[in-house]
Amino acid sequence: MAERTITLEVFRYRPDKDKEPTFQSFTVPFREDWVVLDALNYLKDQTDGSISFRWSCRMGVCGSCGMMVNGTPRLSCAAFLREYYPGPVRVEPLANFPVERDLIVNLDDFMKKLKAVKPWIIRKEEKPVSEGEYRQSPAELANFKQFSMCINCMLCYAACPVYGLQPDFVGPAALALAHRYNLDSRDEGQELRKEVVFSHESVWECTFVGECSVVCPKDVDPAGAIQQEKVAGALDLVKSVLMPWGSR
Amino acid sequence: MSYRRPIASNWWMAKTNYKLFMFRELTAVFVWLYLIFYLCQLSQLGKDPGTYTTFLSHRASFPWILFHIVALVAAIYHSVTWFNLTPKVIVVRQGEEKIPDGLIAGPHYAGWLGLSLAIIFIVLWS
Repeated sequence: MAERTITLEVFRYRPDKDKEPTFQSFTVPFREDWVVLDALNYLKDQTDGSISFRWSCRMGVCGSCGMMVNGTPRLSCAAFLREYYPGPVRVEPLANFPVERDLIVNLDDFMKKLKAVKPWIIRKEEKPVSEGEYRQSPAELANFKQFSMCINCMLCYAACPVYGLQPDFVGPAALALAHRYNLDSRDEGQELRKEVVFSHESVWECTFVGECSVVCPKDVDPAGAIQQEKVAGALDLVKSVLMPWGSR
Repeated sequence: MSYRRPIASNWWMAKTNYKLFMFRELTAVFVWLYLIFYLCQLSQLGKDPGTYTTFLSHRASFPWILFHIVALVAAIYHSVTWFNLTPKVIVVRQGEEKIPDGLIAGPHYAGWLGLSLAIIFIVLWS
């Protein structure tokens, strides 16, 4: 029996040669247990070594291999070819990001925004090591655990039309991580994050399309996080009006 | 040099979720139109009784009844989709577990129903 195959339409953009991107069709063997990333690695090894894409762990942990697969942001290591058989499968770089080369996007904007929300535990005053660790109950952990599962894969940014249309928007993953630290019982950095989280380009820009939560491979629910931060922002505003001398 | 892909003006046609979102936003236009209409009615009420009676008889015409039906359906769709999202916004925990979504959305629906019944009662029996 002839081996089954599937066609991959791969987005190609080589800045040294191409003014505009094009799609190049390749035929790869179809295997039930192959994911899109396997097919791309097959092409790179066997057909065209110049195809460029990011990947690392191959198991949905590192968040490097996000791509648009038939128009939907997916981790290419978790998108099985069998979901798209008989094909073709159109593979493009993550939407809403500038393309560096082929399937590789520029991460600078996301990294800048991620840093801006200070996604780490902030203490007003660190206690000495001799006083022991910062203890946390299971209920306090459950409060933020879902939002701590983010792997920075940026699929949510590719799914967010607001980010596409208004690139100033801080965006889903960065805000979900800000929320994660704001909810952490060990953290005292909410005041420091306020300037970014409650700014015009931040939670208030979100129109709750909700697609970021649909495409998230880790069920982080960034859309929920953003709405919850909106409530926190509104309460903060009310507090600042009722208690202008400060509620700290 | 990196390449920035243009975003088509019909981007929202690409996915069912985007279409549903745009449809939901559109329903707000009908709510807005209804409010304009209602303000016009209030302004007519301030004039002489004859003008107001003429206004009411125009309101009973088929296009206006159709508009009211469409506005009602739009307002109901907008409200239902909003109440269904409330469990994402309001998170209440009992220990480690979130309380069920129904316990957040349910009281919103109950409040909506209660207020609607109160308004119906006031309009029909006052």
